[in-house]
Amino acid sequence: MTAPQQQKLRFTGPMVVTANRLSDGVVIYFTHDGGWSTALNSAAIVATSEEASQRLSRALRDEQHAVGAYLAPVTMAAGQRVTPGNLRERIRHDGPTITLPGVIPAEASAHVPL
Amino acid sequence: MYRYDEFDQQLLVERVAEFRDQVRRRLSGELTEEEFKPLRLMNGVYLQLHAYMLRIGIPYGTLSSQQLRTIADVARRYDRGYGHFTTRQNIQFNWISLEELPDAMAELARVGLHGIQTSGNSIRNVTTDQWAGVVPHEIEDPRIWAEVLRQHTTMHPEFSFLPRKFKIAVTASSDDRAAIRIHDIGLRLYSNQAGETGFEVMVGGGLGRTPFLGKTIKPFLAKRDLLSYLEAILRVYNQHGRRDNIYKARIKILVHDLGAETFAKEVEDEWQAIKDGPLALDEGAVVEIRARFRYPVYEQLENSPLALERAREGNKQFAAWLENSVRPHKAPGYAIVTLSLKPEGGPPGDATADQMDAIAALADAHSFGEIRVGHDQNLVLPHVRQDHLDTVWRALDALGLATPNIGLVSDIIACPGLDYCSLANARSIPVAQELTRRFRGLARSRDLGRLHINISGCINACGHHHVGHIGLLGVEKNGEEFYQITLGGRSDENATLGALLGPAVPYGEVVDVVDRIVDAYLELRKDPQELFVDTVSRLGTEPFKERAYAAH
Repeated sequence: MTAPQQQKLRFTGPMVVTANRLSDGVVIYFTHDGGWSTALNSAAIVATSEEASQRLSRALRDEQHAVGAYLAPVTMAAGQRVTPGNLRERIRHDGPTITLPGVIPAEASAHVPL
Repeated sequence: MYRYDEFDQQLLVERVAEFRDQVRRRLSGELTEEEFKPLRLMNGVYLQLHAYMLRIGIPYGTLSSQQLRTIADVARRYDRGYGHFTTRQNIQFNWISLEELPDAMAELARVGLHGIQTSGNSIRNVTTDQWAGVVPHEIEDPRIWAEVLRQHTTMHPEFSFLPRKFKIAVTASSDDRAAIRIHDIGLRLYSNQAGETGFEVMVGGGLGRTPFLGKTIKPFLAKRDLLSYLEAILRVYNQHGRRDNIYKARIKILVHDLGAETFAKEVEDEWQAIKDGPLALDEGAVVEIRARFRYPVYEQLENSPLALERAREGNKQFAAWLENSVRPHKAPGYAIVTLSLKPEGGPPGDATADQMDAIAALADAHSFGEIRVGHDQNLVLPHVRQDHLDTVWRALDALGLATPNIGLVSDIIACPGLDYCSLANARSIPVAQELTRRFRGLARSRDLGRLHINISGCINACGHHHVGHIGLLGVEKNGEEFYQITLGGRSDENATLGALLGPAVPYGEVVDVVDRIVDAYLELRKDPQELFVDTVSRLGTEPFKERAYAAH
């Protein structure tokens, strides 16, 4: 996945504007009222490329709160539930797909079979 | 261990204060992101998928126990209780908030650690052999020269705006554990026919989109000329390196485009003008730097003490670890101990804060307070008495740091990949984890012998996949993760770029394919002593390809 900020703006489906929170880098989504939320369900879905452009420009101006805003694909599930639209966005949303160290699984402390 | 002085300390204190103010002004809006970004990069602060990432330089991979304890404390206090050791002997913190970074950096600065020039278009950490100074048959300690270079290249005004990043590695053993031939400048310290000690200088190595092995442009450089010659290389690069295209901006491209001979001539012309000037290394300056290295005072001991032999006979696990993770030391009665950060199912190269504290304590008790970081993402206790090995092993074993897999199939080098990194196309850590589970049996690993698997989550090749015996490169195809496989790469003194095996394989199949490649080796090797990589060299990739992609 080419870093989305480097991709040309190509509108292929529902998208949201996302970024990292300035203070701590946490993943955030641009909401209808021009604010930011960590909840994907609060994100404003953009349905046209013009709307996408507008929202993105607005988000990019909000350097006080967000860094590196770009458009990310989402999937609209049944019942209007919004989910991340690709693996990269799933990982950004859910965190690393691995158990972080510090939670040492039992297998690590067992001896390997000789 | 190098002892920094009050000037070094003051510089760091001021640097942190400067960064603290830059953060304040960014948070208040006085600085835009465009203004702030280069400033944070100059302190090793990246923004990744989930959070900021702080990369702390560990000069030539040498840490004191106090420094390691401080790293543990920062991991605990400001991060999520762990850190990641990298393929450049550095450490990365993945979760520190921007607001807390100045405090974390202040704490690290107190023990001489910082992120200066761990990012950006600057001269990065000068790396070396993790067994420097203790391995038998070494010409001399290459870390002295790494320190000479560190001092010279830190905040060097002429080279603060190079076309691109610049990486230097130095070694002083005939076995290259520092991968010098894939660096922008690789330096091999050796003794020539006349008995003089000097450097073979290689330039233009590098991986990424356009991998190249470094070319020797100066077969023998006298020590006195190290800085002036380096300066000449950097000036030619600064002058002629491309700045219009970041993918063509490394020195390897310049060396390739000009040809090694022409490039060497350019450097020679520049060098002749400056070699006898102020950059000529004064013997006194080197002596002074050498004097600031504190070396252990070894006791007069015998090799293979009885206590060790008894312990070896008494415990199969200990014996297996001894055979795999412990190597001879230049001082009789001592040993070099490698700590595996590649436990079964674990993310390669990570250590928890608790583990770090325990390692620091072990270093204090058994290794003269010193730890090393290898580019293979394992740690080393470089000065352990042989009659303490049993005690050390028990402690490491309890910590999960004694998996006897060093250099074996499950000792995987992997970048953080798409789980962390904003540049990645695919994940690398889960593939490594699954591979360690698949190859968990020690008997099988030992039978396979030395086998280096390297995994990169994107073409930037931070996992050094090009020079893996088996290299895996994560790519994205239609939203799915696939892995290109190369075979036969080497990162040592016989450095070789791996050859592409065949079509990329999907995430769900890559471990099975590696398994089949490994089985193919067992079938094809001429005897159990022939290493995997040598079988590939002998036969090429074709016989492996057939078996790897066979219908199953």
